[in-house]
Amino acid sequence: MSATLDVAIWRGTEDGHFQSFAVPRREHQTVLDVVTEVQRHFDPTLSYRFACRVGMCGSCAMVVNGRPRWTCRTRVSEVAEGDRLKLEPLRNLTIVKDLAVEMTDFFDKWKDARGYFEPGPAPETDFAVVPPETRERQTANAGIECIGCGVCYSACDVVAWDQDYLGPAALNRAWTLVNDVRDRGQTERIDAVATDAGCHACHTHMSCTQFCPKQIAPTYAIAGLKRAVMKRAFGGGG
Amino acid sequence: MTALLFAAQRLSAMVLALAVAVHLATILYASHAGLTAGAILARTHGNVAFATFYGLFVVAVAVHAPIGLLNILREWTPWRGRTLDFALVLFALMLLLLGFRAVVAVYA
Repeated sequence: MSATLDVAIWRGTEDGHFQSFAVPRREHQTVLDVVTEVQRHFDPTLSYRFACRVGMCGSCAMVVNGRPRWTCRTRVSEVAEGDRLKLEPLRNLTIVKDLAVEMTDFFDKWKDARGYFEPGPAPETDFAVVPPETRERQTANAGIECIGCGVCYSACDVVAWDQDYLGPAALNRAWTLVNDVRDRGQTERIDAVATDAGCHACHTHMSCTQFCPKQIAPTYAIAGLKRAVMKRAFGGGG
Repeated sequence: MTALLFAAQRLSAMVLALAVAVHLATILYASHAGLTAGAILARTHGNVAFATFYGLFVVAVAVHAPIGLLNILREWTPWRGRTLDFALVLFALMLLLLGFRAVVAVYA
């Protein structure tokens, strides 16, 4: 391990450029540690986003050596190519500045996919009992730990081709709600994900599933939505 | 894509998977047996099973190809809306017309 890292960081907006920094290499250093060190000791104008630093908030995702990752839980030793790190903002989102991207489109699509709990006009007054062993509960559990980091959205080729595509995270959220037995908004949700920009646009490339830092499989959630849409369209409920 | 188009493309793909396999096997048989064009036409003239099989093949192609093309055009070009739908309906009709013309030519 050499003493310094050669770190190329994207600066500016869409028509920006890479700027190189020689950052001291340290044991157990994370990529977020490197970015923070650059901002504190080399260039205080560097813009990036982070909050929790422990893999809970989903705000520090960037493209590291060509692959989208959560940087707070990514050690330099795992991803550096020799002594080089190349850091870029997430793909498929508008760059605000440097490593910070505009996440509004990403979260608006969660709303477009009806990715929120709909209690219906007469919500239950008591606690709902949802046994943990039921199929619906277990299916919802498989996708419920999404932290909204945008890694899947950045990795998705279909989003790159079609800016209207709802994307893996929004569709995964919709699928967890399709499996929420308390929810009363299923008809509207199925309609929302069955549009041209919805689940049928997925090419099953599985990049979202490969790169999700929480090991969620949005591809399977989207496949589930396709089945649910078919069931509803051809009279099988769902 | 609507649920109906999605289902139509998947169902037509199932038909095509079988139809293409049978079609290729038929070509291999005809070429290995050394059949002439005349010998092939002698077998296909008036053959209802042949006409039904290839008629189904043509319908499956006319359903499957335009839907796939629609998706490709939506992803790779800014073309959207009714003009795109209309163009692909025309494309489907063209495939049907040309396909059935060929089926009739070797059946009748």
